Amino acid sequence: MLEAIAFYVLAAIAIVSAFAVIAARNPVHSVLFLILTFFTAAGLFVLLGAEFLAMLLIVVYVGAVAVLFLFVVMMLDVDFVELKQGFLEYMPIGALVALALLGELGLVASAALSANGAPIALGPAPAPEITNAEAIGRVLYTDYVLVFQLAGLILFVAMIGAIVLTLRHRPGVRKQDIAAQVGRKRSEGVELKDVKPGQGLG
Amino acid sequence: MEITLAHYLFVAAALFTIGVFGIFVNRKNVIIILMSIELVLLSVNVNLVAFSAFLQNIEGQVFAMLVLTVAAAEAAVGLAILVTYFRNRGGIAVEDINQMRG
Repeated sequence: MLEAIAFYVLAAIAIVSAFAVIAARNPVHSVLFLILTFFTAAGLFVLLGAEFLAMLLIVVYVGAVAVLFLFVVMMLDVDFVELKQGFLEYMPIGALVALALLGELGLVASAALSANGAPIALGPAPAPEITNAEAIGRVLYTDYVLVFQLAGLILFVAMIGAIVLTLRHRPGVRKQDIAAQVGRKRSEGVELKDVKPGQGLG
Repeated sequence: MEITLAHYLFVAAALFTIGVFGIFVNRKNVIIILMSIELVLLSVNVNLVAFSAFLQNIEGQVFAMLVLTVAAAEAAVGLAILVTYFRNRGGIAVEDINQMRG
């Protein structure tokens, strides 16, 4: 019973905050609602018994991706009220597509419901002494080790891509050139003058 | 009052629909479009984890993790492109992005 209450509360908050993400006037509020959505989704994951993924969702999304969004939204000096124009213009076609999608997906889900939630193919029950993280690790580092490394490669390429895209060399910026500093000769910096007594350099 | 697989499928379907709807109605704001894509990917993750839990097959959670990885990479590169575009054009209106038509 408590599980059902938790599910309905989390599901309601997730859907309402997801709608607030796309409807909020201020993008900063959108990002904050996105964080709320991810938090509630993490709660749903915990209800499903996927604790490791729930914590991963909070760390990766709330800790990294949402903060990245927040940085960009606050860094760009954009008139967001102007960008909100046309919201009503595209509303009918968007609502049409959304309703069709929701109808189709709901049909599939209710078909699953009418099948009494009977699983199609039940795997072997997980051993109770194994935690969720250990179970994932046992599969991830054996059967899916290649995929795991490919995921690392994707992150690496994305990192390099982001750096290359945003890196720029501005002309006119004075930087320290250590090689020129060290390779300086005495003759370049000092000039000896033979000063005659009583005349000065004139 | 038992929570079945279908309940989670309904939640994921609603999130997916909201994500697609957000892409449609926020045609001018790239940041909201990127956030909508994140919502769609989140709904996929909810589906994967729900099936993984109800079919007692841990591999769904492994795939959800990979989706998470790709989503993070996509967000990073997308926002980098956005910052570069803003620097060059002084704005992020999507309708102006038609210079690469060739």
